Amino acid sequence: MLTDLLGFPPQVLFGQLLLGLINGAFYAVLSLGLAVIFGLLNIVNFAHGALYMLGAFATLGLMKFFGIGYWGALIFAPLLVGIVGIVIERLLLRRLAGVDHLYGLLLTFGLALVLEGTFVKLFGASGIPYSPPAQLQGGINLGFMFLPWYRGWVVVASLIVCAATWYLFERTKIGAYLRAGTENPRLLQAFGVNVPLLTTLAYGYGVALAAFAGVLAAPITQVNPLMGSNLIIVVFAVVVIGGMGSIVGAVVTGLAMGVIEGLTKVFWPEASSTVIFLVMAIVLVLRPAGLFGKAA
Amino acid sequence: MKKYSGYLIALGLLMLAPTMIYPVFLMKLLCFALFASAFNLILGYGGLLSFGHAAFFGGASYITGHALKVWGLPTELGILFGAAVAGLMGLAIGMLAIRRHGIYFAMITLAMAQMAYFLFVSSPFTGGENGLQGVPRGTALGMIDLQNDMSMYYFVLAIFVIGFLIIARTVHSPFGQVLSAIRDNEDRARSLGYDIERYKLLAFVISATLAGLAGGTKTVVFQLASLTDVHWHMSGEVVLMTLLGGLGTIAGPAVGAGIIITLQNYLASGPLAAWVPVVLGVIFVICVLAFRRGVVGELRELIKRQF
Repeated sequence: MLTDLLGFPPQVLFGQLLLGLINGAFYAVLSLGLAVIFGLLNIVNFAHGALYMLGAFATLGLMKFFGIGYWGALIFAPLLVGIVGIVIERLLLRRLAGVDHLYGLLLTFGLALVLEGTFVKLFGASGIPYSPPAQLQGGINLGFMFLPWYRGWVVVASLIVCAATWYLFERTKIGAYLRAGTENPRLLQAFGVNVPLLTTLAYGYGVALAAFAGVLAAPITQVNPLMGSNLIIVVFAVVVIGGMGSIVGAVVTGLAMGVIEGLTKVFWPEASSTVIFLVMAIVLVLRPAGLFGKAA
Repeated sequence: MKKYSGYLIALGLLMLAPTMIYPVFLMKLLCFALFASAFNLILGYGGLLSFGHAAFFGGASYITGHALKVWGLPTELGILFGAAVAGLMGLAIGMLAIRRHGIYFAMITLAMAQMAYFLFVSSPFTGGENGLQGVPRGTALGMIDLQNDMSMYYFVLAIFVIGFLIIARTVHSPFGQVLSAIRDNEDRARSLGYDIERYKLLAFVISATLAGLAGGTKTVVFQLASLTDVHWHMSGEVVLMTLLGGLGTIAGPAVGAGIIITLQNYLASGPLAAWVPVVLGVIFVICVLAFRRGVVGELRELIKRQF
């Protein structure tokens, strides 16, 4: 086999590929949320990583205080964090309408500092473990690699959520409103659609997506107050590579970057933490508008 | 002369300050004031939000530290070398980042700075988590012993004044005026025939170089270069200093740096030590929501209304 020729046992290669796909699934869900928010609010949500972390902590909290397990958390954690998002939008982000978009980035950066700082103070910087649900423990030997059920589930669940988001945006009435709001909010408002409400819901939905990724991540990476802060920078690079214009573009770019990162871990481990930034630099040279972006 | 009287008074106070205030604290303040002023050149006058200036500040910090400790360069040459390398990094990152606008510019600079961070973490010469310790202060111009905090202070003050003058001169030069025109209306500046990419890039390189000057100087003061200086938190802090002091005002960033550094120093010794990031975050939110002109900007507005 080719892989054996290169001196890498297939288990290592496919194992890293799977890890790459999982990371890619997180990149996809997070950049999708960023794109939804950017579409209506014109804000790059720097707090996205912190809200992803909040989703993971909500999973722990639901377990501890309400005895709600993983499956319940998959629904309730995004819902709770989505409500937090709605409050943030109503109380803070709304006040920035008509101001330079950069202030939105700065405000959400401040929020991220507050959220992460508070959680570090409360829970310390070390991780808290959370075990995967009983139904998804163990795995299956595929011959060329061992596939833990939970890891497979993460990829599938992320893809389902991305597909659902695509359906919501491209095939439903409310999706049509959201797309119209992205194009021309004032005209949409003139047609009698409640655009401010739509904007609030879009922020809530984007944030809920981040929290959903946080729940999925809880059993894989330990739950840690800083789990989102480095991730969000990589997701920014993914967004620059793919552009925030299309849902399919965000998902494809996210998965592809995860896989590239995984393969780099096999062939050139030292570069694995920087490879996505390198890809971003190359894309900026060759296609400044991003792979799926329209030229400005 | 009247126009500059405020600055002359400030300089006089800075000359006298170390007799009353701990000089190492003042040196830290001056380094960050220079860093924030350099950053203001690109954000306040160029309208470009760089979220990656820690790469230049911290990068120069490592380079200067290495040049002094391992190569044994004279102190002032080591600092200049650090600044030059920061300028080259600025050229590389700037060339990529100016290809996109607004929010994307911020994300690209942040991502490139993160890449630089990872490179510095994994390079053996930076000492990884431990940082580069025991950097010798050496002598200034081969004559003045910088081990003495007082002489070190006046050395740092001289660097700060030179850096500050370069920034003020740049802002008030025709180049600076064109830069502000690009900030206010890029299309109009382009239609007037200005090569706006070149202006942006040059401003970015100057800003990165001076940020490097500040970073290198800080290494000499503390005899230490560490990961905190290249971390993205540092990029955020310099944004906050500039915003708090007043975007696009000459003195604002220095004032903002003074407030933040004093606050950090004050909090670090009290019961709120662990809450510093949260306090900074709250100040960030308040500044953006209610105080976008910053301290100096608000004062200027107040004076305008009075007369």
